[in-house]
Formats: sequence, structure tokens, C-alpha cells
Amino acid sequence: MAQGERPLSPHLEIYKPQLTMVLSITHRFTGVGLAVGTLFLTWWLIAAAMGPEAYAFTQWIYGTWLGYLVLFGFSVSLFYHLCNGIRHLFWDVGLGYEIETVYRSGWSVLAATAVLTFAAWVIGLGVAG
Amino acid sequence: MSLKTPLGRVAGLGSAKEGTGHWWAQRLTAVALIPLSFLFVVFVFAFAGADHARAVELMGNPLVAVTLLLFIVAGFYHMKLGMQVVIEDYVHHEGAKTVLLVGLALGSFALGMAAVFAVLKLAFGS
Repeated sequence: MAQGERPLSPHLEIYKPQLTMVLSITHRFTGVGLAVGTLFLTWWLIAAAMGPEAYAFTQWIYGTWLGYLVLFGFSVSLFYHLCNGIRHLFWDVGLGYEIETVYRSGWSVLAATAVLTFAAWVIGLGVAG
Repeated sequence: MSLKTPLGRVAGLGSAKEGTGHWWAQRLTAVALIPLSFLFVVFVFAFAGADHARAVELMGNPLVAVTLLLFIVAGFYHMKLGMQVVIEDYVHHEGAKTVLLVGLALGSFALGMAAVFAVLKLAFGS
């Protein structure tokens, strides 16, 4: 195909990363992460339905440091996807498109994700520990 | 043979031939999942340190079981819709795309059924 001297649209990698693009792809990454999370949720539920031995084994696995790492990733993904999803719903009804608002809502999503994740783990470890 | 005009047959359907159905279902489940996700996190706290007997007792509460079932149905459906878009966006080989989309549809449904069955079994006492 003859490219000639025609201009190409800029490629992703020559852009300086911007908050908007990073949050956008993070929404998709966390969505895929939560899809993996449905496997772990179903595993836990099936184990509980199978009986005390399978349940105790699964609780033990989820309580190892690797289990905690996966659960931490799941919780961050859940809260980020939830907060940024609400941001998307506002866009869907036509609100919040001013550049200044887009950046303010973006930083708010990050702050809310951090606060919710921290609070969830403080409460969760307080209950389980 | 249809009596509808060519325009009438395609109006509102767009290039994906399913109109706004996918988009709307994704938003509907998203709205439902806002309160359901917070309730799910609360349940996780309750189940976190629970032994099996306590887990069965908790799930025996109809409010817990029904809320969890709603979370599973809305969440797994939302997951299926989202993963479908991801596959459609990045897998360009027609055969691989079809296999993945069929696998996603069947797999997510089977996973959802398994999760729903487990909740029901626990809720009815096992």
C-alpha cells in the first residue's frame, strides 16, 4: 500500500500520558480484572456449598499472602471501576464534559478509590483478624 | 419477504444489527451494581472471618441471599457485556473472535449458574 508523504495519525506511544487516557484504559483493565474476580467469587461460593472441608481449605488459601494480594487487586479494581463507572454514567446523560470538570472528576475518582480501598481493608482486617 | 421498506428494516439497528440493546443493558446493570457492590463489600466483611456454620447461617438470611443473587446476576451479565466489547475491540481474526465470543457467552452463563446454585444451596441450608 502506497503511503507516500501523507501524514499519519500520531501513535499512542508518542503522546505524553495524560490523566484522561490513563483513567480510560485503567477502567478497561480493572474491568478485565473483575472478570477474573468472578472466577474467585464462584470458587469461594462453590467451596462453601460443597461443605466444611472445601470451605476451610478455600478460606485458608484466600488468607495466604498470595490470596491477600489477589483480594487487594480485586478490591482496588472494584472500587476504581465503581467510581469511574459512576463518572461514565454522568457522561452518558451529557454532564461533566468541560475539560476542567473532566480532570476534577478524574482526580476525584482516584481519591475515592484510595479512600474506599483503605477503609475496606481497615474494616476487613479488623473483622477477620 | 417483508412489507417493510429497506429503511424501516434497519432503522435504529446500526452496524452491529442489535441496536442499542447492548449499550442499554450495560448501563442498566451498571446502575444496579452501584448499591449492590457496596452491599457485596459489607457481606465480604461478614464472611471474612466466618467458619462454615456461620457462613451457612449468614446465607440463610433471605436479605443476604437475595442481595447476593442480584449482585451475581447483574455483575456476571455486566461482565459478559464488557468482555464482549474487549474481545470485539482487540481480536481481529474472525475465527478466533467467534470462538472467544461463543466461549464467553457459554462460559459466563455457566459460571453465573454455578454461583447462583451455590448461594441457593447454602441459603436453603447445607
